[in-house]
Amino acid sequence: MPGLYRIVEGPLDLESAIQAVSGPDRGAIATFIGTARDHHDGRPVQSLEYHAYVPMAEAVMRQIGGEIASRFGTPHVAILHRIGRVAVGDPSVIIAVAAAHRREALAACSHAIERLKGIVPIWKKEHYAGSARWIEGPDPPALTS
Amino acid sequence: MTVRVLLFARYREAAGKAAVEVEIGEDATLADVWESVRARVPALREERRPLFSCDRVYARPDHPVTGREEIAVFPPVSGG
Repeated sequence: MPGLYRIVEGPLDLESAIQAVSGPDRGAIATFIGTARDHHDGRPVQSLEYHAYVPMAEAVMRQIGGEIASRFGTPHVAILHRIGRVAVGDPSVIIAVAAAHRREALAACSHAIERLKGIVPIWKKEHYAGSARWIEGPDPPALTS
Repeated sequence: MTVRVLLFARYREAAGKAAVEVEIGEDATLADVWESVRARVPALREERRPLFSCDRVYARPDHPVTGREEIAVFPPVSGG
């Protein structure tokens, strides 16, 4: 089954995501790299820390891959998310989607990051000078039917 | 019956452990499990927006519990 869905301890490798989705029948590979930002609401952030419910996170990322296959017609999706401490500027998430044409690849890549932020069980903690805070997302879209 | 409940992120930090075991009745739902968890862990009593999963799939508070599932409760997610 195509696709790569991994929670990773340590630095993320963009090349491995691209390799996982590339192939001769695809004319486009769209990638997204989310990086640790040094501020939030005007407050300086020193580093980020991510925590995940690893087996469920990987299962939900695979579910997002299934959504992409049915909505955008391509099964070639890679989603990698880092856990643990992430230094400012370093990637926390990498997504790659390959498709026959650019429009599907770009739209699918955008779908993947929006859904990841909405439903994959991963949490971010911001570390400031001398303190830290868990970030809590908005109420999620309907998760169960 | 006794069920083990996995905690994540802020809930885990508040509880000081990765999982708690609670005693629930035969016809319990996830909402009942959450009430028992909050009774055991005072730091979680103010939490208002828990999400639940059963066997690594999101589940609603009225989902029945058999005691054989992997149950988890956690705050709204914030990855990315």
